[in-house]
Amino acid sequence: MSAETASASAPRPTTLLFGEVAVGDVLPELVVPLTRTLIVSTAIASRDYQDVHHDAKLAVERGSKDIFMNILSTNGIVGRYVTDWTGPGAVLTDVNIRLGAPNYPDDAMTLTGTVTGKDDAPAADDTGGVEVTLRGVNSLGDHVTGTVRLRLPDRAAGHAARRGSGR
Amino acid sequence: MSEPDPAADASASTEGGPSLDGRLQSFVGLSTGPTHRAPDPVNLPMIRHWIEAMGDRNPVYVDEEAARAAGFAGIIAPPTMLQAWIMRGLRTSQEADEARARGVETPGSPNDQLMAVLDEAGFTSVVATNCDQHYERPLVPGDRLEATSTIDAVSGEKKTGLGVGHFITTRLEFTDQDDQVVATMLFRILKFRPRPPAGSREAAAAPGTQSTLQAPPAERPKRPRPALTQDNSFFFEGARQHKLLIQRCAECGTLRHPPRPSCANCRSFDWDTVTASGRGTIYSYVVNHYPQVPAFDYPLVVALVELEEGTRLVANVSGITPDTVAIGTAVQVGFEAFDDVLTLPVFRPVVASAASGDASGETRKS
Repeated sequence: MSAETASASAPRPTTLLFGEVAVGDVLPELVVPLTRTLIVSTAIASRDYQDVHHDAKLAVERGSKDIFMNILSTNGIVGRYVTDWTGPGAVLTDVNIRLGAPNYPDDAMTLTGTVTGKDDAPAADDTGGVEVTLRGVNSLGDHVTGTVRLRLPDRAAGHAARRGSGR
Repeated sequence: MSEPDPAADASASTEGGPSLDGRLQSFVGLSTGPTHRAPDPVNLPMIRHWIEAMGDRNPVYVDEEAARAAGFAGIIAPPTMLQAWIMRGLRTSQEADEARARGVETPGSPNDQLMAVLDEAGFTSVVATNCDQHYERPLVPGDRLEATSTIDAVSGEKKTGLGVGHFITTRLEFTDQDDQVVATMLFRILKFRPRPPAGSREAAAAPGTQSTLQAPPAERPKRPRPALTQDNSFFFEGARQHKLLIQRCAECGTLRHPPRPSCANCRSFDWDTVTASGRGTIYSYVVNHYPQVPAFDYPLVVALVELEEGTRLVANVSGITPDTVAIGTAVQVGFEAFDDVLTLPVFRPVVASAASGDASGETRKS
């Protein structure tokens, strides 16, 4: 399986600005090697101890081909994919995913995404909403399809007061 | 007519009894059970474990300075980590499994009861299909979360690629230490009847909103059979002989499709057929992505083809992708034998002068 490319796995160091994004923009592709380590460590990091996510023998007994990734980890990787593209200052507001083919080990999932929506103008808090539609495909087909909505700052470092920055 | 709707409600003749739907609907609106309390506040060690496993190098989750530089007041938790904060963990999962193994009947929550009703009806497997999370604000270390969950919807019986089952949608509302709603989540699972697997034990996972068992793709089954009648069987017999037949009124000559007993123009019940040239254009189309039925290849381009004779029929289009399919594309019929009995017309785009249809106009008495 192809390895993750260094450029795709490193997040953008500065935050993409609302004005720099246009509907139709394509996100860089990310290839995630589906190692056993990834599937097990992400399941445990999400406190999901169901045996089908870490015990291959039991997973087969339960009718699965092998262990497979849990849905919480798909969420985590989808979130990472989008913030790798936006850089650190994006605020995610919605992550909607639909699952298809399971992520089994010794495969790879390729994530692609496109900007499919954008607010007409930034809001009073100097952030603007953007929608990304994405999919993650493995050798069996679509593992995940979904949309992520997020808010991007309108000006560099000019959004310290935005929602969620503190209580 | 050659493509049945894969999302259609399954036949009502399956087991479960007439009262099953009523019993299922009685759960809608009920709380699934006790409030989920996060065992620990949002905290840096669990965040670090998460981002290392996910391969997420966004510094705002672990580095105060970077978080402030990015516009936050301090470190935030990865938003998609939401559900992880309320997971019951290993010990509670094991205790529940052991209790079940000993046959201890715990006082069932509405969610447990709903799962039991579906288990009894044979829908023993579970797969997570959708998760929609909405965040009101980023979570920060120290936040103490609670989540209440409600059974939002239970679908009627559905045919899916995994088998026949019911979709259950649960709505969770996450609140913080100040009783403010910080996030909501819709979680949908499919409780389904597993196809009899070759020699493997019945697939079943622990019930509950945190069940995430995904069943493997089943052996590729045959395409659904058309429901043959004395009015439409000529069409499928014709396809087996690689002829695309159109029903024609024997009185007034009007062509019609899909097949039906009488003419809409003159109401005559007498009809015969003509062999179509096989040439047409894509009048409209849909690209079917979901649900995926194993008998079909996806993405599945389903077209409404207008034949040059004037009738329209629904059929698959091969040699075309969702990116290249377009209304108005000239197409030519071909025939594909899917198995010993089923042959169907499948259209291909016309390339250059490759079109050479059979325009014999051969007729056949009904």
